[in-house]
Amino acid sequence: DATPITVETSVPFTAHNCEAPSRTVETTAQELVGFFRIMALMRRMEIAADSLYKAKLIRGFCHLYDGQEAVAIGMEAAITKKDSIITAYRDHCTFLGRGGTLLEVFSELMGRQAGCSKGKGGSMHFYRKEAGFYGGHGIVGAQIPLGIGLAFAQKYKKDESVSFALYGDGAANQGQLFEALNMAALWDLPAILVCENNHYGMGTAEWRAAKSPAYYKRGDYVPGLKVDGMDALAVKQACKFAKEHALKNGPIILEMDTYRYHGHSMSDPGSTYRTRDEISGVRQERDPIERIRKLLLSLDLATEKELKDTEKEVRKEVDDAIAQAKESPMPDPSELFSNVYVKGYGAESFGADRKEVRAVLP
Amino acid sequence: KEMTVREALNSVLDEEMSADPRVFLMGEEVGEYQGAYKVSKGLLQKFGPERVVDTPITEAGFTGIGVGAAYYGLRPVVEFMTFNFAMQAIDHIINSAAKTNYMSAGNISVPIVFRGPNGAAAGVGAQHSHCYAAWYGSCPGLKVLVPYSSEDARGLLKAAIRDPDPVVFLENELMYGERFPVSAEALDSSFCLPIGKAKIEREGKDVTITAFSKMVGLSLEAAEILAKEGISAEVINLRSIRPLDRSTINASVRKTNRLVTVEEGFPQHGVGAEIGMSIVEDSFGYLDAPIERITGADVPMPYAANLERMALPQIEDIVRAAKRVCYRSVPMAATA
Repeated sequence: DATPITVETSVPFTAHNCEAPSRTVETTAQELVGFFRIMALMRRMEIAADSLYKAKLIRGFCHLYDGQEAVAIGMEAAITKKDSIITAYRDHCTFLGRGGTLLEVFSELMGRQAGCSKGKGGSMHFYRKEAGFYGGHGIVGAQIPLGIGLAFAQKYKKDESVSFALYGDGAANQGQLFEALNMAALWDLPAILVCENNHYGMGTAEWRAAKSPAYYKRGDYVPGLKVDGMDALAVKQACKFAKEHALKNGPIILEMDTYRYHGHSMSDPGSTYRTRDEISGVRQERDPIERIRKLLLSLDLATEKELKDTEKEVRKEVDDAIAQAKESPMPDPSELFSNVYVKGYGAESFGADRKEVRAVLP
Repeated sequence: KEMTVREALNSVLDEEMSADPRVFLMGEEVGEYQGAYKVSKGLLQKFGPERVVDTPITEAGFTGIGVGAAYYGLRPVVEFMTFNFAMQAIDHIINSAAKTNYMSAGNISVPIVFRGPNGAAAGVGAQHSHCYAAWYGSCPGLKVLVPYSSEDARGLLKAAIRDPDPVVFLENELMYGERFPVSAEALDSSFCLPIGKAKIEREGKDVTITAFSKMVGLSLEAAEILAKEGISAEVINLRSIRPLDRSTINASVRKTNRLVTVEEGFPQHGVGAEIGMSIVEDSFGYLDAPIERITGADVPMPYAANLERMALPQIEDIVRAAKRVCYRSVPMAATA
């Protein structure tokens, strides 16, 4: 199963200021079966989150990643946990890709103790520092300088690792992207800016927000690559290329051409600014999971039944995790005052009625 | 030994960078220019450009980079040429730095110091004269320190750099050149002041005056004048805006039964407002007079010298308010 096989990417890479990598990607049956499984799991997880939200078990904001799974897993396939990843608020699948568990995801979404942030972060604030995942950020574009700061630290410590800062086509217009990219280029930081272009910043089509929606070229003096973000193997190839480039030459931009099936968040049916036909067209022609399914079948690496069984298994895994998460208690009231500081020096902190509720911060 | 506040800050950066390779300094003109106010003088020569990082004039960008480096485990000291410019980066100070340890339930701590001159200098107008103590002081997750003397500068900046949480360190341009005596203890490289503790700069029994940064000096001068008129003023140097040393302030007011708060910032929702409310909550029964506050005027800072003077607290303002709370508006000479 670990025998190398080669597969052509669906479309060629388009390069800006650099030589595009080869379209021929090396993979194995094991890797492809793994891709199928984890993407099916991510898909199922997000669909389940949708239901939990509608059942009012998830509160506030909830941004789903279904459709974009190939970006998260293709990137993981090219890097190690010593490399850093930072993203915006659509972070559930990135967290899972970094080794987070379904129980942590669903518990966090439902605000339970077993959540990855003990129920204190919510949908947008997942982290896993031990595996190089730095969140989970709710302010559009702010994660880009933060990610470049991770790269600064990697270079400072001579760690020979790189940082991936993910952002959407909406955030691509933020001024701080250009500020931080300028410094990344000045200082040759091992930073990879990954623009997940799902073509809509909330409800604003890319062409209505960007004078030039060719995001891979927007770094001007910084090289860029346009990648089919629905093709996990193309993503893997691009990220491998980018990592090598970044360690040697500094920052690079990867524009992942991708698509989100869900609306921007749960309050958005996702149908006022785009057509149903557009969504179903992408599902039929470019779906990242179906692409891998077809590949596995055409190369005789799996049977239809095996893949169906995998889908059944992940469904059960998700259901079990949800059941378990529902068993997890809500955070203890004392957690209201924990983690405000690492060191609180015994300072006082107050509840709504300070005569009734106050705490000494440890 | 005597030392200017500038020398004190410079010596701390030098010592802490020598002691901990994770500490680095970044900001505009910190390196080759030797610091816009020469606080980082000589550090580039000693530590090299990897650790004394000159940035472009892009506060949002370099502050975000600093915070990201802190996530990873470095200990950045981010210098703002003035805190007025940190407004461009306040999102990273609040949303990226102050809230992350909480949101991540302790998974990601943010050991970073944001420092630079805050508040009014002389004749620099409205956009360069804002005091941000109340702004940052209102935000949980941040620690906010305000040195007055050279000893404060040494002990508090060391504490800030060694602290595992984000610290906003508000200096004052007009204090950089001020000389203070410094004890041998404060010159020791291990010297640290406790975060969250105020210092009683001058003991007194008739009225408590709270102040921070440059206003401590004015309050001490006011206390001298008051002493000559038979009023014994206790001057508290806050040192820490957050955590705020409520117990020291309350204990003092319970002793003097009177309070005047002094700050350069705007009055509404200011540091004085918070201190006053803390006294009302915890020591109301001890008050013998209404609390008074002396603050910057409720206007953007004017340029003209006479108007600027009117917009900032003066010694006579503090003296007047202290006398009012002592019911001694009438000069001593007249009542004698």
